Amino acid sequence: MNELDLQKLINAAASGKRPHFFGDHDVDRLLSIVWAMAAELAVTRERLDTVERLLAERALLDRAAIDAYRPDGAAAAERGQWQIEYLSRLLRVLQQEVDALRREER
Amino acid sequence: MTRATRLDAAPPWSEVGEHAMSPTATHDEIARFNFLANFNKYMSNVVVAGNAVAYERRVAPHWRAQHGVDPANRREIRAAMSADAYYQLWSALRRSGMEMRQQAGRSLVLRQMQALRDRARELNAACAATLRLDNSIAIPPYQSELDNHCMPGSYYAEYIDDDVSAAANYDAGMFATTTGLFGRYLDGAGRGTAQWLSRSRPGWQPRRILDLGCGLGHNLLPLARAYPEAEVVGVDVAAPMLRYGHSRAVGMGLGRVIFQQANAERLPFEDASFDFIYSTMFLHETSHAALRNIFGEVRRLLAPGGVQLHLEQPPYRGMSDFEQFLRDWDCHYNNEPFWSALHETHLPTLLAEKGFAQADIFETEIHAIVEDEMPKVATAVEDFGRGGLWYACGAAA
Repeated sequence: MNELDLQKLINAAASGKRPHFFGDHDVDRLLSIVWAMAAELAVTRERLDTVERLLAERALLDRAAIDAYRPDGAAAAERGQWQIEYLSRLLRVLQQEVDALRREER
Repeated sequence: MTRATRLDAAPPWSEVGEHAMSPTATHDEIARFNFLANFNKYMSNVVVAGNAVAYERRVAPHWRAQHGVDPANRREIRAAMSADAYYQLWSALRRSGMEMRQQAGRSLVLRQMQALRDRARELNAACAATLRLDNSIAIPPYQSELDNHCMPGSYYAEYIDDDVSAAANYDAGMFATTTGLFGRYLDGAGRGTAQWLSRSRPGWQPRRILDLGCGLGHNLLPLARAYPEAEVVGVDVAAPMLRYGHSRAVGMGLGRVIFQQANAERLPFEDASFDFIYSTMFLHETSHAALRNIFGEVRRLLAPGGVQLHLEQPPYRGMSDFEQFLRDWDCHYNNEPFWSALHETHLPTLLAEKGFAQADIFETEIHAIVEDEMPKVATAVEDFGRGGLWYACGAAA
């Protein structure tokens, strides 16, 4: 199983019709994306908090260095891969819709 | 000036009890659960209450203006509330939270499903006699028609040979869903059941104990600990739950606990062969017909002098229509198709129909027993279905 297939399996929908609650169903889809984003923002905030606390404990953090930082090639590539997984997580609802359409085709 | 009241935060996922089958979690995977746990807690402590305000202030008055009377029951309340902007947003957030909990659990577990499977194989091989799988057991339609509570693949999907990922996901995510109210090892209901049994029958030693729909055995192990001399058996239709539950139990030194693949409607045991038969949050995942079959099996299997106990969310009788409406949300929007019907079923009557004497049938309440440092549930209204306090119905044979 390659990485993308694994991510699709992770994001799979439960069987059963996905309910909608708003008069305009697009709002339900949008809310799903916004709320997943809110979660990831909390995750990032928590990680940042951990890093800052650990560095502060060790007297290692120079806050000005954060603003001055520029990634090298390897670091930039690693960040890029993270962005791809991040986007797949955010856009789960679209994948599920296409999966359902494909199943209908068969 | 009065001191501002601070809301309790959910315990961090890093507090979840570790065992031999625990997945390896990264910082961000833990943080994802931490967000979801606090989101669930905030929804039940703060956001849910706004529904009653919306109902009283604008939804019910509007209904009265149109119909001349109040909504007559929970169905009419749902029809009225479905058009309300607050209820719509609360519902959509709640549903999103359910889906995100699954995504978070699956992204933690599926990336290491081979490693978890290998670990389970190794542990299970050490006590092979007590893991009794039977691949002739079919998944009953009330389980296969819908993925229960929005778990993709439900309890039984297998993505690789000897897969345990469905159970590992269930185990990992439940702590976040229940905000720690079931305890570090999710065994609060089992511990509450063991305490109830020891208090209602002091000194009694059941020889054989049966947990129906045991899943990964989280509520089975407390009975094994409380009755070290008893033969303790859990049955379930889902092989991944049993494989994982057995390996988890072996890792805890409880390899004597039997995990058997069987359908609770037709159990492969002799008549009158169990002294204590119980279930925790299992009956609502079955069906009308199955429920009757299951109670019939309990009648057959319970030895003279034995007792049964079934933990569930409280029945709707005696509740306001509005509370029924809120509790009913899971039936309509969280893939719990039998939820409403079960909570309208009078379980004591059903037990009487199966031949238990009226005087031997009882109803009670069971509290989750959790570690001292874990949050406790004070009232039955906590989160309308996910708190650590249960209605229980039982009967002595």
